[in-house]
Amino acid sequence: MPSNEPHVPPATNKASASLPIIGQPSTRRTALKGAALTLGLAAFGKAIWPMISIPENVSLDEFLQQHYKELSADDKQKVFARLATETKEKYGAKVTINDQRPIPGVKFAYAINLSKCNGNGKCMEACNIENNHHRGVDQSYIRVLEMTKGSMEMEHGSTTYTHDVPQDDKFYMPVQCQQCDNPPCVTVCPVEATWKEEDGIVVVDYNWCIGCRYCEAACPYHARRFNWEQPEIAAEEVNPNQGYLSNRIRPQGTMEKCHFCLHRTREGRLPACLEACPTGARVFGNINDPDSDINWILKNKRVFVLKEELGTEPSFFYFFDS
Amino acid sequence: MTDSKSTTSRKGVAIGLLIGGLTLAVIIVLTVVLSLGKRAAIGASFEPNPIQKNPKHSSLSDSSRPNHVLFPVKINRPNSGPRVDTDIFDNDGQPVTVSCQTCHATRAANFENRIPTDLNEFHNGLEFSHSSVSCLSCHNSDNYDFLKLADQTRLEFVDVMTLCSQCHGTQRRDYDHGAHGGMNGYWDLTKGPRTRNNCVDCHDPHVPAFPKMRPTFKPHDRFLSPTEPKAETHAK
Ligand code: HEC
Ligand code: HEC
Ligand code: HEC
Ligand code: HEC
Repeated sequence: MPSNEPHVPPATNKASASLPIIGQPSTRRTALKGAALTLGLAAFGKAIWPMISIPENVSLDEFLQQHYKELSADDKQKVFARLATETKEKYGAKVTINDQRPIPGVKFAYAINLSKCNGNGKCMEACNIENNHHRGVDQSYIRVLEMTKGSMEMEHGSTTYTHDVPQDDKFYMPVQCQQCDNPPCVTVCPVEATWKEEDGIVVVDYNWCIGCRYCEAACPYHARRFNWEQPEIAAEEVNPNQGYLSNRIRPQGTMEKCHFCLHRTREGRLPACLEACPTGARVFGNINDPDSDINWILKNKRVFVLKEELGTEPSFFYFFDS
Repeated sequence: MTDSKSTTSRKGVAIGLLIGGLTLAVIIVLTVVLSLGKRAAIGASFEPNPIQKNPKHSSLSDSSRPNHVLFPVKINRPNSGPRVDTDIFDNDGQPVTVSCQTCHATRAANFENRIPTDLNEFHNGLEFSHSSVSCLSCHNSDNYDFLKLADQTRLEFVDVMTLCSQCHGTQRRDYDHGAHGGMNGYWDLTKGPRTRNNCVDCHDPHVPAFPKMRPTFKPHDRFLSPTEPKAETHAK
């Protein structure tokens, strides 16, 4: 197929109404057949990836860069230093890129109190600033949906409201990556550029990502974003505290998503969107700690997850005060 | 869709080529994914990243972390009690304010004053809309420079949260568990401190309803927009 064809097969096109990735019955027989097939293709994908000629605007170093998980500590230092230099060249900003790793024993979860959220959108703005998002399109990993009371279908929500909030007949539901324990986006990635780490955060190696956008189509929460353009950020607005797997400036043509601000949260800090919330609707913490706020909420509030029927097992919860 | 017209993309060529080479393969992968849906099958083939299945029963426990001394949780407090402006300025041009007792020390408390319209001599224009709570169920009729609790205990203005909590126990319980009131700083107190808002940072004691807000930040994201067709999502 010529490469100027739309490369998203119709079945996963955004226009299709449902995303039947998981939860469909299959017999053991087809499952086994599928396993064999995908094994072959994954191997094939891996094998041909390095043989592709180097695009003009990609440095040899970058091209030869290994997958994040195969980088030694030494390699990482070199890669991070190179990326910092590139940021200096392109954006005029001096940044530090770190490799924050999961804290042993910690599993993150997030909860939002929908009785408090009033849809003001400060969380989206904080995300934009913290995570060095493209300023041109005011990119953010969060979408705040204005929902009609009585409905939980996120597809029926609206993001474009501009009136004073909250409106009496509405409630407001911020949606960002749900850090699923069964992440459909991870399984569809043909090059393993995205995976789930021990603390529950699903990360993307932006340098390994080929921008095919299958993950975007696979995510039932519409939580992944594609960098259509090279992000534009004024030098003085660049957040210099960066993580390789989180908020460093992403290259054009790659996928990205909320990573629970891992460059902050793996250092014990709260996510930027939580701190920015003027209504105090957001709760974040370690569910392995029985005394954490998040654990209290899971035990004492009637929490629910979005699209539970899909079996994605989000680490992201919602509740109303009752 | 114009998705693949990514020649300016840093990896445009790579994508193009990869897609050229892999389209067939990937279509099959996706078909399999879509028709099977069973992650077991795929997980087995990619063997990518061990997904921690049942995090709540994880074998990793907190005992693997040393028991550090915890950093404090600091709750914002008002700097001082309220004072009343006199419209007089001192020699440095600073406004002169007086304490509540300046007048109230010599005035008998008036328990009939419950809502602003009861006030005609002073404090006119005070806004009040806090259910039917009366002035002197919060203000201390023995000394107006203090608040008071239901059992008449005298309370400093800076400790106002104790006052709120006596009538709003549920909200206070939620607040104590982070489910109301927000916070800043560290979720992990072994690594750093945390600050919490005071009830009165968000609720005016006289008009406690949380104010309406006007959204100011909108990502240019056409997702779910009523005016744009869905298929155009993200498209430029
Ligand atoms: C300039 C004198 C003055 C000052 C200073 C003053 N008040 Fe008053 N206050 C009054 C007067 C006069 C009334 C009675 C108003 C009426 O009945 O119309 C009153 C009424 C009240 C009442 C209603 C209950 C009652 O006893 O009548 C409260 C509560 C109150 N004041 C609180 C305060 C507080 C708190 C402060 C300090 C921040 C303060 N006042 C400072 C003059 C003053
Ligand atoms: C729910 C408790 C509560 C009730 C009821 C209440 N107050 Fe207050 N009031 C406070 C608190 C707390 C402050 C201190 C606010 C601050 O520090 O800005 C205050 C401040 C004041 C002040 C000084 C600051 C200002 O806003 O002018 C006046 C005067 C006052 N109250 C009068 C009244 C009067 C009159 C009433 C009855 C109509 C009343 N209050 C009812 C809790 C209450
Ligand atoms: C003497 C009891 C009492 C005290 C003290 C009190 N409240 Fe209230 N408050 C009430 C009652 C009664 C209501 C209305 C019924 C309800 O919604 O619970 C109310 C309502 C509220 C509401 C909802 C208002 C709305 O319009 O939606 C808020 C917010 C609130 N209080 C905050 C506070 C804060 C903050 C304080 C401390 C400064 C405080 N209250 C102190 C009794 C009290
Ligand atoms: C970060 C801001 C914030 C702080 C701090 C805060 N609240 Fe609230 N509170 C809210 C919001 C937002 C609502 C929901 C308002 C609405 O329904 O529109 C609310 C609602 C309330 C209500 C109405 C009933 C309910 O639960 O919805 C009460 C009562 C209340 N708060 C009491 C308190 C008390 C007491 C404290 C201190 C222990 C406190 N609040 C601290 C933001 C705050």
